[in-house]
Amino acid sequence: MSRILYIGSAVMSYEEKGQWVYLAATTTAYGAYLVLMLGRAGTTPLAEIEYQPILLLTIGAAIAGSIIGRMAIEIVRPSESYREDVRDRDIGRFGEYVAGMVIGIGMVGPFILALIGADHFWIANAIYLVFVVQAVAGTVIKLLAYRRGF
Amino acid sequence: MVRPTRVTNDIRRLRFAHGEMTQAELAERVGVTRQTIIAIEQGRYSPSLEMAFQIASAFSVPLDDVFQYPATTKENAR
Repeated sequence: MSRILYIGSAVMSYEEKGQWVYLAATTTAYGAYLVLMLGRAGTTPLAEIEYQPILLLTIGAAIAGSIIGRMAIEIVRPSESYREDVRDRDIGRFGEYVAGMVIGIGMVGPFILALIGADHFWIANAIYLVFVVQAVAGTVIKLLAYRRGF
Repeated sequence: MVRPTRVTNDIRRLRFAHGEMTQAELAERVGVTRQTIIAIEQGRYSPSLEMAFQIASAFSVPLDDVFQYPATTKENAR
């Protein structure tokens, strides 16, 4: 399992490890949100579920998971350097550019929902989904750049 | 979308020709992480012009002794 932390014989950089942790935390938290929501949907109509506490809890868990996960990985496999270099910044900018495009396009959905007067539930969930998709897209692009070239 | 660079290099050969300099030593001289030196050596990252000069300077050789580009290799230039 720890092979994923290596590139050839070199342990991956601190910044790349951070991206893996962020991706895992974001997707796990959103997956947990969906499970918790769908678990309650059996007895209550979806839009009537009190979603706010679950949504805020899973967002908080994603943030906490990123921090704790990063610390845990550094304890298990300490990085050679904690310094961000020019390649990390180049890859970061590229990933954020893609994520920015995704969020720009994706926010059209919640915008339309607001215009047609949709329930707050659907608007909030559409925004959450767009944030998750942009986070995943940006992170995957960064990881591809780290692994396959940039 | 994400594609490796077409720039090739002789960093690995030059490191061995310069007292078997390690990737970590070269990274320290250039001011980057070892992972970045590995990525450049493997053609997965095209360094900036400034970094390319820093790498050439670390070996005390001209830039085109370190980096080559397909359309401008010495053979093609003749």
